[in-house]
Amino acid sequence: MTNDKVTNILMAGVGGQGTLLASEILSEVLMQAGYDVKKAEVHGMAQRGGSVVSHVRFGKKVHSAIIPEGGADVLFGFELLETYRYLPLVDPNGTVVVNNLRIAPPSVALGKEEYPEDIPAKLQQHIDDVRVVDGLRLAEQAGNSRTVNTVLLGALSNLLAPTHEQWLNAIRALVPEKFLKVNLEAFELGRGIVQC
Amino acid sequence: MQKTVLSGNEAFARAAYEAGVQVASAYPGTPSTEILENITQYERIDSSWAPNEKVALEVGIGASMGGARALVTMKHVGVNVAADPLFTFSYTGVRGGFVLVAADDPEMHSSQNEQDSRNYARFAKVPMFDPADSQEALDFTRLAFAASEQFDTPIMLRSTTRISHSKSVVTLGEPMQDLPATGLTRDAKKFVMLPGNARIRHPFVEERLERMAEWACDQPFNRIEEGQGELGIITAGVAYQYAREVFPEAGILKLGLVHPLPQRLIREFADRYKTLYIIEELDPVIEEQVRAMGIEVIGKDKVPICGELTPGRLRKAFGLAATEPLELTEQLPPRPPNMCPGCPHRGVFYALNRLKAFVTGDIGCYTLGFMPPLSAMDTCICMGASIGNATGLSKVLDAEDQQKVVAVIGDSTFLHTGVNGLMDMVYNQSPATVIILDNSTTGMTGRQDNPSSGFTLSGEKAYQVDLEALCRSLGVRNVRTVDPYQMDETRQVISEEMARPETSVVITRRPCVLIKHDLFKKNPPLFVDADKCTACQACLKLGCPAIEWEPGEGGDKGYAKVDRLLCTGCGICEQVCKFGAFGVCHD
Ligand SMILES: Cc1ncc(C[n+]2csc(CCOP(=O)(O)OP(=O)(O)O)c2C)c(N)n1
Ligand code: SF4
Ligand code: SF4
Repeated sequence: MTNDKVTNILMAGVGGQGTLLASEILSEVLMQAGYDVKKAEVHGMAQRGGSVVSHVRFGKKVHSAIIPEGGADVLFGFELLETYRYLPLVDPNGTVVVNNLRIAPPSVALGKEEYPEDIPAKLQQHIDDVRVVDGLRLAEQAGNSRTVNTVLLGALSNLLAPTHEQWLNAIRALVPEKFLKVNLEAFELGRGIVQC
Repeated sequence: MQKTVLSGNEAFARAAYEAGVQVASAYPGTPSTEILENITQYERIDSSWAPNEKVALEVGIGASMGGARALVTMKHVGVNVAADPLFTFSYTGVRGGFVLVAADDPEMHSSQNEQDSRNYARFAKVPMFDPADSQEALDFTRLAFAASEQFDTPIMLRSTTRISHSKSVVTLGEPMQDLPATGLTRDAKKFVMLPGNARIRHPFVEERLERMAEWACDQPFNRIEEGQGELGIITAGVAYQYAREVFPEAGILKLGLVHPLPQRLIREFADRYKTLYIIEELDPVIEEQVRAMGIEVIGKDKVPICGELTPGRLRKAFGLAATEPLELTEQLPPRPPNMCPGCPHRGVFYALNRLKAFVTGDIGCYTLGFMPPLSAMDTCICMGASIGNATGLSKVLDAEDQQKVVAVIGDSTFLHTGVNGLMDMVYNQSPATVIILDNSTTGMTGRQDNPSSGFTLSGEKAYQVDLEALCRSLGVRNVRTVDPYQMDETRQVISEEMARPETSVVITRRPCVLIKHDLFKKNPPLFVDADKCTACQACLKLGCPAIEWEPGEGGDKGYAKVDRLLCTGCGICEQVCKFGAFGVCHD
């Protein structure tokens, strides 16, 4: 990641999965690491269980907060189908970090459409570097199934420049005291599994 | 000074604090809502939710009349509701500085239209700033308060979804000094807008705009970034970021104040470049004015009017090469938003569907009741419209069809602009039925309190409007209240009131599952006994996200199953299952 280049991370998931907190922590750590950071996302309607995305861009100077098609260096997915949906935004030389979780959209739940099969393999047909994370299992191991987002951040953290300590600081700054310990644990578990 | 990452909305809130704002009022609306929610952290500011945008604006005007700085925020369509006081407030001008943030939603991420608030600035003759990131959201708000007092005018700030909900690095400022003093000051010539006084104020307004246009030519918020070729671009707001990214070599005139336009500066800039592009989101507001100055430009002939801009769309508009993106070869199942598991609205729409009601709808989480499988909403225009629409529709139907007409409206929406419609229904004897979906919160925009929730913006206890008594006082004789989790009773009551040839109101009361103040208690989740499930799929017609169909393998019938993490135990699925296949988990 050279100096002037803007790096693009696209986060995709289902409304209510905690993508917002994860994107907050990510922006915070990047700012602490000295980058110009921009993040764009949509609140409101989309968050009632719909498809949600956050665009995070960082570098020396960032103008647009929105990632162009084919421009995402990292596609960071919280759910399989939502990750696959945003394939057109990924740089073919980029990386996909995806949570191994399937949440049925309404048409699938009603038995009208099928959930696409074997999404990680389909992603791999286009992108060499696809890393599948078992977020829920690790979150449960950390002690709270709702820390999947922090597990995934841990996995992502290996791909980015900020130091281990900077990540921990950002988590400490943004996670409520009550849930801090379990989130730090979740982060470490996620960071442990995906190595560069 | 301290640096931090803020969303545009957080930056507007911070600016209010730095500018010494004393009163902030708003009605929620995406993408503006979080401004007031963030302002509550500054205890010095009196912040509150108003029942609608018109009231919010009037509260702000009152504070300004008393000499205090005031901030009022709303989404773009909120300005339609508040337009009446806005246009005349433009004539009176201010005492304490006044800023109205109007948050547009290009692309309609969460809105029913994509009107461009800059037209209001021109129409109401109110100056408008258009920030391009969170730093400018903060800086321009501070500037706006000072300019408001300097020029004796309310000032609008335009935000958009990409400003309000994007985060970027911001350097915070110090609290401003020399704030105006508060108190009672009588000045009828300025504040009593009768024809005689207003005729004096109108020329002042015109002259004020001319002065500001001249002033704006030399202010740093309107800046020229020199280019290296023959292309010059005039742009403002978030479109500037896209223009800068797509045309790194171009000269750019970046406007911070989009009304009034700095004509002298525009001419100066136009003289330097052979080709001039105007890059703006939505309407050709700048373009039409620059053309009217006799300057030739390229604008909406290339840049789309509909939807938001992105760097990719700009490239395409100007035929610039872009990378060929990866292509999805299969059609993916869509994932539209849906009501939450246990949402109290679900059973009501199930009943309306069964009763084949013609539903004039309104805006809120319940608008999702139009989607299959509930498919029980037939119209939706704007907040409060359901009731008037039902009245008008009933006027042109025969007696049999009149019985089918039901207006459906949420508690927050009813108190926003539904009450007048109900008054009209009784006054003019409409036979239609109104259902007030009382989940005791403003769900769609993120569960804000409102006058029927019993709490204020800061979470303090407040008087809770008695909806039944309110309806009765308007003259509705038939007001009935049901628990929407009781499916049979809900359907029975709605059906009886639909049949009644006079105005009636059914209030369905149950808290939103995401309501604040810990008011919602989850029940144990349900499960489906696959052996008892006959595969009739009646439960699927509820569209609950916690119920999923498990197709049978090899000719097997298949069965419904419940996601126990999502299920809130509302029990309505158990009630629609005729075969007793649902049970409650007891572990
Ligand atoms: C004039 C206007 N102001 C604000 C909004 C944003 N908005 C959409 S729905 C809604 C209120 C929804 O609350 P309620 O009627 O109680 O229904 P719920 O979502 O709780 O079901 C608001 C504020 C809007 N669409 N139009
Ligand atoms: S937020 Fe509340 S009102 Fe909205 S869908 Fe969920 S339960 Fe229903
Ligand atoms: S009880 Fe039934 S309808 Fe209610 S949330 Fe659970 S699965 Fe959905």
